[in-house]
Amino acid sequence: METMKIHDVTANDLPWKIRYDASRCTLCGSCTAACSFRAIAPKVERRRLVWSESEYPEPKSRYSAVPVIRQVKSIRNYCRGCGICEKVCPNDAIGPERNVDTRHPIVTRCLAGDSVKRGGRKNLEGTTRTLDKMRIGRISQMTDPSLDAQRHTFDMLAPFGRILPPGQLPFQVGADGRLEKSGQAPPVQWIYPVIIGDMSIGALSWRMWEGVAMATAYLNEQCGLPVRMCSGEGGVPVRLLKSRFLKYMILQIASGHFGWNRIVKAMPEMIEDPAGILIKIGQGAKPGDGGLLQSQKVAAHIQAIRGVPKADLLSPPNHQGLYSIEESVQKMFLSFNAAFKFRVPVAIKVAASATSVSVFNNLVRDPYNIVGGFFLDGIDGGTGAAHEVSLDHTGHPIVSKLRDCYLAATTQGRQGQIPLWAAGGLGKTGDLAADAFKMMCLGANGVFTGKLILQMAGCVGNDMGRCNACNTGLCPAGITTQESALAHRLDPEKVAQNIVNYFLAMDQEFKKLMAPIGNSSLPVGRADALVSTDKAVADRLQIQYVC
Amino acid sequence: MCRIGAIKSSEYIHPSQALLLMQSQQKGHDNSGFAMVMHDLGGIFKNYKHLPTLSLACTDEGLKLAEDILHEAGFSRVLQWVPETFHRPGLDINAMPNYVFETFNYPKHLRNASAKEKEELLLDMRLRLRFALEEGDQGYVYSFWPDVVTLKEIGDPRDIGTYFNLWEPDDQFTAKVITAQCRQNTNYDIVRYAAHPFFLQGYTALANGENTFYLKNKEFQRKLHRGYIGFESDSQCFLYSLHYVHRELGWPLPYFKHVITPLPFDEVERREDRDTLLAIRQSLAHLEINGPNTIIGVLPDNTLFTCCDAKKLRPVVVGRTPNMVAISSEVCGINEIMPERDWQQDIYPNEREVVVVGQDLEVQRWKQ
Repeated sequence: METMKIHDVTANDLPWKIRYDASRCTLCGSCTAACSFRAIAPKVERRRLVWSESEYPEPKSRYSAVPVIRQVKSIRNYCRGCGICEKVCPNDAIGPERNVDTRHPIVTRCLAGDSVKRGGRKNLEGTTRTLDKMRIGRISQMTDPSLDAQRHTFDMLAPFGRILPPGQLPFQVGADGRLEKSGQAPPVQWIYPVIIGDMSIGALSWRMWEGVAMATAYLNEQCGLPVRMCSGEGGVPVRLLKSRFLKYMILQIASGHFGWNRIVKAMPEMIEDPAGILIKIGQGAKPGDGGLLQSQKVAAHIQAIRGVPKADLLSPPNHQGLYSIEESVQKMFLSFNAAFKFRVPVAIKVAASATSVSVFNNLVRDPYNIVGGFFLDGIDGGTGAAHEVSLDHTGHPIVSKLRDCYLAATTQGRQGQIPLWAAGGLGKTGDLAADAFKMMCLGANGVFTGKLILQMAGCVGNDMGRCNACNTGLCPAGITTQESALAHRLDPEKVAQNIVNYFLAMDQEFKKLMAPIGNSSLPVGRADALVSTDKAVADRLQIQYVC
Repeated sequence: MCRIGAIKSSEYIHPSQALLLMQSQQKGHDNSGFAMVMHDLGGIFKNYKHLPTLSLACTDEGLKLAEDILHEAGFSRVLQWVPETFHRPGLDINAMPNYVFETFNYPKHLRNASAKEKEELLLDMRLRLRFALEEGDQGYVYSFWPDVVTLKEIGDPRDIGTYFNLWEPDDQFTAKVITAQCRQNTNYDIVRYAAHPFFLQGYTALANGENTFYLKNKEFQRKLHRGYIGFESDSQCFLYSLHYVHRELGWPLPYFKHVITPLPFDEVERREDRDTLLAIRQSLAHLEINGPNTIIGVLPDNTLFTCCDAKKLRPVVVGRTPNMVAISSEVCGINEIMPERDWQQDIYPNEREVVVVGQDLEVQRWKQ
């Protein structure tokens, strides 16, 4: 008998076990070929077969070498439960099964002296989300007839840009009794209230990124939905910067300043202004940790765009040169308002945190009229890589924080002056229209979403720990990888088609929600339309409690 | 659905005309109340147009409280009119003990003050009186303004008319502009303040409909101006928006419509003044109204106008004779008081239109 070493890693230490039925397997090799993690491998087993052919026992035996599929017992190549093997197996002979006895979090740390890193989101709470504890409870009746979602027209646009209070508008009454502009006002874009969230060209495969960009252009030019896409930090291909499609892109500057060199250099040749600039101070998925693009994903074209060597790239949790809110405003001014000659709104994105309202309160008093939006990002979103301990144990849910910001603005009579955009787990259950609608009722001008876009593309991960390997560069769906073979699993046209179709469906659903409350424009601040059966939620969000 | 009505006349008319205008639309109201605001007063108030008149419904103690406050502030009473009331069993009216219309002279040190100063003072005094009388439910202060009186009561409009003897025309209690509604507020709590027309600093507004952006409007307006209080009804928001746009911002009347019912974005894009319209929509998104509405308003210069929600979900009609223009939810009301008019000249305003009755009863139609 082989000596057992208690510290050997076995399948039982890993989060997923491979279920394999040799009797169904035809040894086609599809599963091992498809497994991007190399978590399964062919192996030869020595088998002994005993048989008897006579009337009384006359055992004979035979030894044979039998090829089978086995799980790799490695802390490096462990199974992520993505289920690609199951997907490709023609005979249902193999598939991952969740291992409730896993020692993975302990074994990994013990073996490598390093923390666990992964993509995805916290995966800790399986409970109902706050958004699901609210319903749209104000249904128009006899006094306030509902609208017909099919026939009526709806104004489905949200502002992105600094909104001046009416008294500060540069107006004067002309001789003909009409208001005339007598000065300059900050730029404002009216866009679709769902922005495709900031996912960088390093985080996504080039085919995925292309698919999203294609969908954005199609939604704008063929469907009449002015959807904007945020580039994420990581730069934009120069060809896109010089193209007419730039007007659909919100360019992000984050703490790593990746890609900005190219953007600045391309400015003289830009034929369109970008839709906006988003200065990322923090994000909900990795609050306090910063984005982490591991060297496995820093492919040659990423190196070129970002101007970096092949190394782990960290976007720190904050701009390291900032030490105050005043400085962030200064940065917004210096960075891009001036560069684009005050034609492009510049907004700021922060992580939802216990202190978000303080930040918002300070920004909302912005005397320079420079803050073009407050993007608030809560936990539950996120795809990129981070230390597991950060993903699972830091961050703040978005709903109450967004509400706090809106109410803070309301208290000061400044609601709407800095548009509120919120994200973080919206569309997690697949119903983005409902989530966005509720967020707007609570005070958001619009929402942004990232992870849902990946799910539209075919992401196989989930919030129960399945896959969550966006950080490895081995994304089995070809979405968050720069490996050519894996990226080619993804069809950019199909990605674009899925996103476009989802947006069209969502747009219709939006109207279906707006119609019964009698609204033909976005229900921003219509908390009276929401009810909750949860007293605590109702009290916290200041909405009606029903039971 | 409320029924609302307004009359602007070149001659002084008695409120009985307003009652008649509303009476024929009786099916449309639920006998919960009657309210009216009269501008450009005649009769006993005719000689006091430059001095503010207080409209008050109160208890004895409330009256004393109000007068004491005004006297303390330096106001001196120059006219008091207490309408004779006719109570008899069976009348459906929830009356206050006293209905008082008192005209005051300004405090001495302010008699030569600017109009603006006086107007701010009048508002402050009204708010002060209102707060003082609110304690212990001592009374309701509806308006305190030159050349304006307001009457609001809970009950059956016909009985209220009988109680105040408003069915009998006389030349004592008349005005050239009268707005009226035959219904109490029914969407929210029933209190006297809740009935429209609402009045603030020379502006009057009344509405037939439902403001689905009530909460949004209210949350915004609360911080805009000290006079924007109460919010007993979602229709009050229309008055405050009108006051804010026209008086506080100083924008011409057409922009009221642009604020409360902004044009769709694709239409704005085609307009020459798109920058202005977009800036307005951005800044005043919280004053937009949504939901079915017809609004009637009166400006401090007694201009009368009407406009509708963006989808024209509530009726309104404007009828006219050489001496009178009436705006009403339903044409039957106008038929009642102007049977001789040429009904083919009636105007049925559409969703992008403001119909304005200016000086000398000139009627203008403005497309948004």
